[in-house]
Amino acid sequence: MIFKHGIFAAFFGVALSACAVPAVAADNIDVKAAFIRAPHMRETLSILDIPAADDGIAGAELAVEDNNTTGRFLGQAFAIEDVPLRPGDDPAAALNGLVARGVSFVLADLPAAALLALADAAKGKGVLIFDTDAPEDSLREENCRANVFHIAPSYSMLADGLAQYLVWKQWRRWFLMKGSHSQDELYARALAHAAKKFGAKIVEERTYEDTGGGRRSDSGSVQTQRLIPVATQNAPAYDVLVAADESEVFANYLPFRAWDPRPVAGSAGLRPMSWDGSHEQWGAIQLQNRFMKRSSRRMNARDNNAWVAMRMIGEAASRTGSNDPKIIRGYLTGPDFAIAAFKGQKQTLRHWNQQLRQPILLGDGRMIVSVSPQEGFLHQTSELDTLGFDEPETKCTLQ
Amino acid sequence: MHTAISLRERSQVNPLARSVFALNALAFVMATPAGAYTAYVSNEKGNSITIIDTAKMEATKTLLVGHRPRGIALSQDGGELFICAGDDDLIQILDTKKLSITGTLPSGPDPELLILSPDGKLLYISNENDNLVTAIDVATRKIVADIPVGVEPEGMELSPDGKVLVNTSETTNMAHLIDTQTRKIFANVLVDARPRAAQYTPDGSELWVSSEVGGTVSVIDAANPKVKQKIVFEVPGLSKEAIQPVGMRFTHDGKKAFVALGPANRVAVIDTATKKVEKYLLVGQRVWQLALTPDGKYLYTTNGVSNDVSVIDVASLKVLKSIAVGSFPWGVAIARQ
Repeated sequence: MIFKHGIFAAFFGVALSACAVPAVAADNIDVKAAFIRAPHMRETLSILDIPAADDGIAGAELAVEDNNTTGRFLGQAFAIEDVPLRPGDDPAAALNGLVARGVSFVLADLPAAALLALADAAKGKGVLIFDTDAPEDSLREENCRANVFHIAPSYSMLADGLAQYLVWKQWRRWFLMKGSHSQDELYARALAHAAKKFGAKIVEERTYEDTGGGRRSDSGSVQTQRLIPVATQNAPAYDVLVAADESEVFANYLPFRAWDPRPVAGSAGLRPMSWDGSHEQWGAIQLQNRFMKRSSRRMNARDNNAWVAMRMIGEAASRTGSNDPKIIRGYLTGPDFAIAAFKGQKQTLRHWNQQLRQPILLGDGRMIVSVSPQEGFLHQTSELDTLGFDEPETKCTLQ
Repeated sequence: MHTAISLRERSQVNPLARSVFALNALAFVMATPAGAYTAYVSNEKGNSITIIDTAKMEATKTLLVGHRPRGIALSQDGGELFICAGDDDLIQILDTKKLSITGTLPSGPDPELLILSPDGKLLYISNENDNLVTAIDVATRKIVADIPVGVEPEGMELSPDGKVLVNTSETTNMAHLIDTQTRKIFANVLVDARPRAAQYTPDGSELWVSSEVGGTVSVIDAANPKVKQKIVFEVPGLSKEAIQPVGMRFTHDGKKAFVALGPANRVAVIDTATKKVEKYLLVGQRVWQLALTPDGKYLYTTNGVSNDVSVIDVASLKVLKSIAVGSFPWGVAIARQ
């Protein structure tokens, strides 16, 4: 077997170099990346949302394959190392080993505090970090870092994308129901900010207390059916029930069960998101097909953010012919960078906080209903900057 | 059909669309009879081909074909239309006299675009899912070569002398130049994001490649395959993200180039020598692919979102008419009869 593989590898190598010779004459370079990821909650209300074992990393690995297809014409080889953390593991400690192995690019699927610790630990080590999940605005504002790129949209971008559509629909009176965890509060504040920004009104803000307990139960619907109407009773007149439940406690229970017959949006119903398994427009079906073929499941937002992050690295490497993180950062933050990521328009970086500009998809998990920015929300430079905190309001000073 | 109707209804309240209609109505009065050719338009969502009589500038028939028809190409004599039926993973052959599907060709999964060799013997197809350009022998209906290219192969073009096959790869962002004799890539040229169409100037000296997401057209020196110039577009009142170049065609004398700008709803007219954009012609919504009538006098554009085709008079650079077709028109090819 080893012998056979050897012959195959040698043959394959010749074939590849034959392809690569007439291409851009560049020295062969290796681009080494790693994916540091903390486990995501498996306690989801819907079993469809339980993360797969290769959640996130599967997207990065697909992009590595894509980059390598391009790389064979340019003499560039990409690799990614999967670094799953266990509860209590220190991401900064994992980083040291990676740096020793020559890794310059780290995709991070980590909670905000861990991401920040990683960024600070990476300072001066010639490592670029790509945030593929944490949506906290603070990471892009007061706690922004020069060595971190945000591929995942922020809470404010998600909330603004949703708000534009709800306002376009003339559903201006919102009943905001939020969870009792700090993460829920962050999303609720972004939604409240979006309401104010685009002319919607929160007629009531109510907290749904997490009283503990598991999400799985055989006859749960019987109780839920009685619980949710009561929890949503006696609200002032409203157009849409907006949920901020980042903790998977109640939002997916709201549709069809709330006291008033109103649509649900936010953490359930019509959700703002960077990607969904049902998105197929603008050639996205091609990426979905490639992902499905490789991973036997649909691509979720975390998979896609990781794919985009790895493609950004690949794009910068193919344009600059370099694997030097300084040069890569220079290209990504420079005027020539744009990435095609199947959302209908070019995506670029906000130079002031290194957030990827992007359209926000609105969907119910089965179909994409709309894509924001909505028509008519204008901006002097890019309509994508109607989503999230804009340059004049930023608190970020990159360092 | 429901989609088509509702979109048309909506477009009536859209001031932009209304101005197109007004313009078209006005121009139609001035229109002169065109040569009697047949235009074929693939309707991506309609799963159909619309047939247009170019003399009357009217749709005469709609044929149901395979699923998600996009790229289409005519045989030399116009007797056969090859249709990429993407969701059926095959190429259909439409007999243009009988107006029925007479056969299929294997293509690999999700074929999108294709081009016929000058002698009509080979069909080159871009296979997005497998990162391959596939060559099929039309007579034997067998795959004779698979050429590995970049990620998501898309646009296909042949040099006027037939020696170079060009393929663009949307995620790799390259134009791959393939020697048609050896069937090997001899040059890879990086262009801006999401390259779509590739088109040689009629004299074969330049290869133009449109980049949908990058928003530019790269002009490549054919003799020494490198980008020598990039053409950018600016339409007042439109954001740069809305300008998405896709289909391209040169006038027969090679003096002008037309570039479809997608959701900018315009076709740019470029002076080939100076590379300057001379004019933006307002057409239907999300203008995609282009084709000239065989006499070179009229340019047909497929407008995906408004479910119509615009006809441009090449001499006067005026939009003459919009012709309603099926749902999401995508490709267009025009035969002599």
